[in-house]
Parts: sequence; C-alpha cells; structure tokens
Amino acid sequence: MSESKIITNAPAPEGFSGEGFFATKLSDVVGMARANSLWPLPFATSCCGIEFMATMASHYDVARFGSERMSFSPRQADMLLVMGTIAKKMAPILRQVYEQMAEPRWVISVGACACSGGIFDTYSVLQGIDKIIPVDVYVPGCPPRPEQILDGIMRLQDLVRSESVRRRSSPEYTELLASYNIK
Amino acid sequence: MSDLLLPPELRYAGIIEARKNEDGSELSILNLGPTHPATHGIFQNILLMDGERIIDGEGTVGYIHRAFEKIAENRPFYQITPLTDRMNYCSAPINNMGWWMTMEKALGIEVPKRAQYLRVIVMELARIADHIICNSVLGVDTGALTGFLYVFQYREKIYEIYEEICGARLTTNMGRLGGFERDWSPLAFEKLNTLLEEFPPIWREFENLLTRNRIFMDRTINVGPISAEKAISYGFTGPNLRAAGVDYDVRVMQPYSSYEDFEFEIPVGKSGDTYDRFCVRNEEVWQSLSIIKQALAKLPEGPYHADVPDYYLPPKDEVYHNMEALIYHFKIVMGEVPVPVTEVYHPVEGGNGELGFYLVTDGSRTAYRLHFRRPCFIYYQAFNEMVRGQMLSDAIATLSSLNVIAGELDA
Amino acid sequence: MALENSVILRTLTDQFGSAVSDFQQIHDILTFEVESNSISEVMSFLRDNQTMRFNFLTTLCGMHFPDAAKERQFSVVYHMHNWIDNVRIRIKCYLSAPYPEIETVSNLFLSANWQERETYDFYGIIFKGHPQLKRILNMDEMVSFPMRKEFPMEDGGRTDKDDRFFGRTTDNC
Repeated sequence: MSESKIITNAPAPEGFSGEGFFATKLSDVVGMARANSLWPLPFATSCCGIEFMATMASHYDVARFGSERMSFSPRQADMLLVMGTIAKKMAPILRQVYEQMAEPRWVISVGACACSGGIFDTYSVLQGIDKIIPVDVYVPGCPPRPEQILDGIMRLQDLVRSESVRRRSSPEYTELLASYNIK
Repeated sequence: MSDLLLPPELRYAGIIEARKNEDGSELSILNLGPTHPATHGIFQNILLMDGERIIDGEGTVGYIHRAFEKIAENRPFYQITPLTDRMNYCSAPINNMGWWMTMEKALGIEVPKRAQYLRVIVMELARIADHIICNSVLGVDTGALTGFLYVFQYREKIYEIYEEICGARLTTNMGRLGGFERDWSPLAFEKLNTLLEEFPPIWREFENLLTRNRIFMDRTINVGPISAEKAISYGFTGPNLRAAGVDYDVRVMQPYSSYEDFEFEIPVGKSGDTYDRFCVRNEEVWQSLSIIKQALAKLPEGPYHADVPDYYLPPKDEVYHNMEALIYHFKIVMGEVPVPVTEVYHPVEGGNGELGFYLVTDGSRTAYRLHFRRPCFIYYQAFNEMVRGQMLSDAIATLSSLNVIAGELDA
Repeated sequence: MALENSVILRTLTDQFGSAVSDFQQIHDILTFEVESNSISEVMSFLRDNQTMRFNFLTTLCGMHFPDAAKERQFSVVYHMHNWIDNVRIRIKCYLSAPYPEIETVSNLFLSANWQERETYDFYGIIFKGHPQLKRILNMDEMVSFPMRKEFPMEDGGRTDKDDRFFGRTTDNC
C-alpha cells in the first residue's frame, strides 16, 4: 500500500487568533460550515445515476465529503445533483424541483447529457439543463468516473467556501434568476 | 399545459365521485412521481387510494425518452453500440453483444469459438452485476441498507474487469463485429479468477441476511403476485416470468453464442410474488457463476475475432504499411461496407428478459429501421394489476423487485 | 421438428385464403403478410388453434415507407413465438397513408397495449378498439409523429450547436 496522509481537520480560515479566541470573517465560517455539509438531492435519471450509486457506496464514499444524508425532499437539500439525460418531458419537473429548493442552493450537472444533451442530439432531449436552471459546476463524462463526480463536488465546495453571505440577495443573483424566469 | 401537470384530481374526479364510500370517506390520489427515491429511474405512477390501500393506478413513462430508434436510423452500424449500452445500463455488455450478434446474423458472419466463450463470460458477469443491483436495492427499499453497501464492492470488482477488457466501467461499448477488439489481457483473467473466489462467500452472506429474514419475508411474500397466464399475456420474460413458474429462457430456447455447450439450471418460482423474484435472481447469480467457471475451464485457444476484413477494422500498423488494410479501414470508417437488404430478429436473454433487436436493412450504411424489444417497457404495463388491492409500501417493494430500468423503459 | 413451415402455410391458407400471402423464410423466421382488416382473426387463430399454438406476442412495431405505393406506406410488424414447438413467425400488415388504421390486438395479448400506444406515438397509426390510445413516450402536446421518415432527428430550434461543424446543410438535414 502506498503512503497516504489522512487529513482529518479542514484547514482553518484566515483570521486573527489569540488566547482563547479566533476572529475571522463571518462568511468564511459560514462558508466552511456549508461546504463541509452539502446535502445532495440525487436527481438521477439514467446511467450517471448508477455511477452516483457507486460514488455513494463504500468504495468511493461521498459521505466523507459531508454528503451523508441523501435528501430526496428539495426543501431539505443544499445541492441538486442532476445526473443523466433530461428529456423535454422531464424539464418542467426539474424546474419545479429546483424552485422548491431553499436558498442557498447549488446545482451540479453530472454527465454529458445534463451538461449539453450528450450523444442524444434529438427532438426529445433537452440540450443541457442550463437552458432551464442556473448551473454551478459541470462534470463532463459519459458516465463520469466516481472520482470525477467527487472532483465536481470538491470544486463546488471551493465555490461554497468562498461565497459571500450576501450573494443570494445581491442584484446580480436576482438578475441571474430573472434570466431563467425563476421567481 | 401538459396533461401530466394537471392536478390528478381533475383526471380522476369522475371516478372519485362515483366511488365515495357510504360513510362519506373519499378516495385520494397519490402521485408516485417521476422523482422519487424508490423509483429507480424516472417513471410516474398516479395511484388512486382508499387510505393506504391502492384501488387503481396509471403509469406514465417517457420522461427519459431519448429517441434511440430514431437515432439508430441515422448512424452507421458500429455507432449503434453506445446506444445499446444506455438501454439497460446496469448490464451493458449484454446489450452490446446482443447487437453485435444481430449484425452478425444479418451479415452472415461466423464468430470463432474463443470469442463466443469470452462473450458468454462477459454476458454472465453483466447478469451478475444487474442482479446485484436489483436485489440489494430491493433490500434498501424494504429498509436493509447493509446488503447494498456490501455487495456494491463486488460491482466495483466487476467494473475493474470491464475496464481491463474494454476501458470503460459502466457503458462499455464492448466488442466488434465478429468478436472483440483485443484479446483479454492476463490481468483480466486474474481479476476474474479472484472474483470467482471472493464473491461466492459474500453472496452467501447477502442471502443469509435477507432470504430467511422474518421482516423481509413478511414484506415480500404475497406482495405483487402475478399468475403465469397473466404474465405470459402481458409479455413477461426473464426473472419476472420465471418467478411466476414458467421456465422460459432465451439461452435455452434459442441458444446463441455457444450457450448450448454449458450446463446450467433455470430457477423457477411458484407464485410470482416479490419474494419469488428475489429468490430467482439470487439463484441466477449462482448459475451465472457456474457458467463463468465452466467457460473459463473450457476456453479454447484461437482467434478472438472473425476473419472478416470487410467489417472488422484491421490493426493500425497494417493500415500504415499495407494497401489492402488501408482500403478496408477507409471503407469501414466511411461506411461503404457491403450490407445485404434483409431483416432479422435476434433475441438475447438480458438481465430483465428477452431483449430483442429487429433490424431492417436497406443496403445503406445506416439501418432502415431498428426496433428494440425492451422487456422493461413490456412488463411495466402489468404493474397496476400487480398492486391492485395492496398497500402503498407493497407497491414500493413490487416496483423495486420488478427491476424497472428507466433507460430500457423509454429508449 | 414439430411444427414445419409448410404446415403453418397450409393451415393458414386453408383458413384464411387470400388474406394471408407472401410467405418467405428470411433467415430463421417465417415471414408473411396479412391483410390489415383480418389481423385480429388471424392472430386469435394463431393463438387458439391446437396446431399453431403461438402463445406469445414477442413484439409489435411500426414502419414507414415513404417511397412505396400509397396503400403500402405504413406497416405494423408483429413477431409471435410458439413456446411449445419453439417456432417464431413474423406478420406484416401494410396500411395506407395518410391515415393508417388497424384493429387492436390488445384484447388478445395484454402486452400489445403499450406497444400499440408506442406505435401510435411514433407513426400515427390508429388502433381501432384500443382502450387508451394516447401518446406514451413523447409529450402529450406533440402534434407530429417523430419516427416518420420526414421528421428530422435533431431539434430544429436548438441554438447551441452549429450545424456547419456536423456537416449538416439544408440539403442533407
């Protein structure tokens, strides 16, 4: 077996510490807490869903990234993992699920079909979920290996960690949602 | 507005009015919607319920309709294999091999024995992988998550074997017209032998966890039964039909790829309920392991692909040095291969039943019509009848034991 | 071999005369044509007769031949299987454009229910007597029948793919 270092503590954010206190920015602490406890909503539609099941299983274990509880209820989920082809018939339902999620919410589009329609350039397949909902991280692959899905989640963790606490009420975000017609 | 987004009350209003009970209680409608943790894949079932008991249901499918049959009319033959992968994606090699066998039947190509035996090995591995998912997920749906985590490790081992053979884990795109693209490496055989040693005790452990477990038996015996006559009329094939008592298996009825050289039994159930389906799949894993052992023991030496330069890409170094190889390579990639005008129907025993390919060619590089006989699509119609009069949690267990895979349902 | 092709041919032509025709052996399946208004009788004969015993409807699909004569532009192809003698047959029924219609066989074989809905969804073939003939795989609002040859595979309204890079022009698309 190779030498492996197991990191058990997330690095502390930048701050000023002294005897018995540690001062840092609120957004850093909130970001750290959010990033290490992202509860996914596995919106698994096809083959990428099976790779997600492999990611969830003990070999690749997404639970060590904080995604211990798969929430199938949108109200209790932080990130929407869209895995698999979204057909046009399914698009209104994906939209409804996204709208039901509470802020802050992030979307990872896993697999070529969710990112851009994949190999299915047909009349019945939505060519990419970013036509209907805003996406934060795109994970390409057909299907992506579990390591790639985990990499996507880690990229999202970087995004979450560095996000400002005021982002969700900022005019840019409101404009983003308005461009998708999401109230 | 789509009919599907209409509230179900408007659809069932008439029935509900007519069926109000004497004490004034009403029937209710439950949307077992497309996104649901227990439906593995996206298909909807709108259930009409009297409290917890199901009176009737209406299934809606098509949420992942990707127009495979239309795509197949626009792609050359060797580009259809990735499409077949994505139908029953839990056991992709079976679909791939089935497609190659259909093409070989249409073109009249004879596959050498070694390639046939290797195909049998990889198809049985895929069948084991499919049944691992179905049975462990049936455990998850009835509350037993442990089995899922334990046996999924062995799915990873099977993925490693696929990677040695073709490079991909899940959607394998394996094989070529007439055999395989490369001979299997010694590492693949080593991994296969390790799997054959390590997997049986784990599967025995999984069986011990659930098969005589009081809770599991109470949840699955007499749940979602179907009689053999009804099952045949509904077009059931595969483990669902065998659980109802009919021993129809395409590998025995119409042996393909040297299945007649192997000895195996077909497990058959009695009442067609969820417990029988679970036990039939369990036993099929044992039979598949035995077939793989027999195939490995009798594996002949020889070429791993047929000698058909018209359809099989020549090795790359020959393409650079040899005129004929260059011409064949060009013709195959451009699609100028001789294809007869014919129609064939070739069935294989997929993880869920008889997966059939009906191919009509017209001499051009793409198929004129390719129709997939998808077992999931055909037997899912019977779901409403199987759960009529049962409780909602029984419906979940039945759905899970039917092994409905959305990719095969909609294609 | 229990049930020979010649026996099937003779029994069917004795019973139905000219409604069945064009018997051919294509690869390993006997294929023949049945007139579209007698399909229900032919199928129930094939299922119930004690020599025929075709107890299983394997599959049912539609086909479109835009270049054929008007009465033969659409067809429905049935594959049946006799489990006792292990014989398969293929039945073809040709239907005329522009409004192809045929009787349903879902009263004989329950598996035909959704398969006929799928054929209707893809080709627009009406199955008379079907309990619930509506679209199954495509969206309910769709008005055209996508598997017909004139319907393009790609979605014409998509904006993110440049057809020039796929070699598609207005001539060949």
